[in-house]
Amino acid sequence: MIVAERKPIEEIIGFVKDCKKIIIAGCNECVTVCYAGGKKEVGILASALKMAFMKEGKELEVKEVTLERQCDHEYLEEIRDIIDEYDAVVSLACGVGVQFMAEKYPRTLVFPGVNTSFMGVTEESGVWSERCQGCGQCILGQTAGICPISRCAKRLLNGPCGGSTNGKCEINKELDCAWQLIIDRLKELGRLDDYDKLIPIKDWSTERAGGPRKVVREDLRQ
Amino acid sequence: MNTKTPSKLEKILAAGHLAVTSECGPPRGSDGDVITKKAEMIKDYVDAINITDNQTAVTRLCSLAAVIRLKLMGLEPILQMVTRDRNRIALQSDILGAASFDIHNILCLSGDHQSFGDSPQGQNVFDLDSMQLAQTVRYMRDEGKFLGGDDIDRPPQMFVGAAANPFADPFEIRVRRLAKKVAAGVEFIQTQCIFNLDKFELWMKQVRDMGLHEKVYILAGVTPLKSAGMAKYMKKRVPGMDVPDEVVERMSGVPKEKQPEEGINICVESIQRLKEVEGVRGFHVMAIEWEEMVPEIVKRGGLYPRPKIE
Repeated sequence: MIVAERKPIEEIIGFVKDCKKIIIAGCNECVTVCYAGGKKEVGILASALKMAFMKEGKELEVKEVTLERQCDHEYLEEIRDIIDEYDAVVSLACGVGVQFMAEKYPRTLVFPGVNTSFMGVTEESGVWSERCQGCGQCILGQTAGICPISRCAKRLLNGPCGGSTNGKCEINKELDCAWQLIIDRLKELGRLDDYDKLIPIKDWSTERAGGPRKVVREDLRQ
Repeated sequence: MNTKTPSKLEKILAAGHLAVTSECGPPRGSDGDVITKKAEMIKDYVDAINITDNQTAVTRLCSLAAVIRLKLMGLEPILQMVTRDRNRIALQSDILGAASFDIHNILCLSGDHQSFGDSPQGQNVFDLDSMQLAQTVRYMRDEGKFLGGDDIDRPPQMFVGAAANPFADPFEIRVRRLAKKVAAGVEFIQTQCIFNLDKFELWMKQVRDMGLHEKVYILAGVTPLKSAGMAKYMKKRVPGMDVPDEVVERMSGVPKEKQPEEGINICVESIQRLKEVEGVRGFHVMAIEWEEMVPEIVKRGGLYPRPKIE
């Protein structure tokens, strides 16, 4: 899923300080699962903003909505009838949802309510960590199912570097060395010989470096 | 071994001499005399001089400009190049820039992560890793081509080196990793500073068991400790550094004013012991901001005078 974190309330107050009526729009997908932008967080943010405005002797009217998704046209359409009544939308979706909201409603101010962090997993309750950077050419088949691009601080394709100590990364003792994990798993699988193969220079054109990306499936297009 | 480049370092190694290299860190400013002064101190005691490339991710005068200064002094530089800060366009371009001044040695590194340095908020690049950089230099030299496939007019003629850290984890793959570097085209190795000689000798045994000592020249890295504090710092704080307790105790066991001398003694004793290790083909003396001690270390290590090679 896409993992996000709530933005500091002061930053959001800064966005909407001149507004009188706003929509706070949650998203029922990833940001709900990581407790950053679901229905509950919409309610919390609405209360916090109203209180902050009250302290300043101002009033803020807040419409709380939580859409099924903000990355699909059909769910964003659900607020078309009401959106013109509001000064702005604070979207608690990931950066994808915020942008699609803004694209759909070009005359409405749209502000982000979360910082989008990464694509990752729930390691345990309250702990999320990165697993994928969407490089567009998956190499997990060569690296024992552990991604050095997203999990090695230097994204080394032929690691580990000289800073790997006791299984941990040199930049942070809390962080597992991805290459230690790869080697451990290769051993477990009886495939340590795979380690000896040099991974060739990567074609990064399918990654961010190649410019904004698009996937087109002609068979599904209408 | 036959030589493949005009590198003096390669010739010395191929002739069977124990090579000696050392390094100079460029200044944090634009005073080029800092480099020439450091080089003057050590030039008669070493065969080649590494110039570090923004080591520990602290911004300094660039290694390319500094190696050119050494070259213009008539010395033999080793261009250190990290993949942290440059993509394949810039790496290949800088290699050609160095080659235009007939720089004949390169050390291919990934580089310390920027979080250690003065720009933790900066981007890193890592378009290539250190092995892929070694492959790139070899491809440019041997095939006379850019990675993109086009021909290079007057290709670089560089003797290709890399680092190896026998002390990082996981230990079991450290020699296999060296084998990968050799497969990538690395011709000489400068190791991490060796303080744990027992562990280094175990690593070298594995190197010999795989026959790698006959495929790559290994220069053992040594560093004189200036103080007990430095020993403790390196033990605790420098990733991938293995300073055994007995070394720390030996440094702590002498009065503060005698500690630099003790550090030099340990360094010289290490050289003498490592000379006997089969497969060690030379030494890389890293006297960090203590370059003036290199002559004494080289002399007392029995590595002086340096061979004359045409």
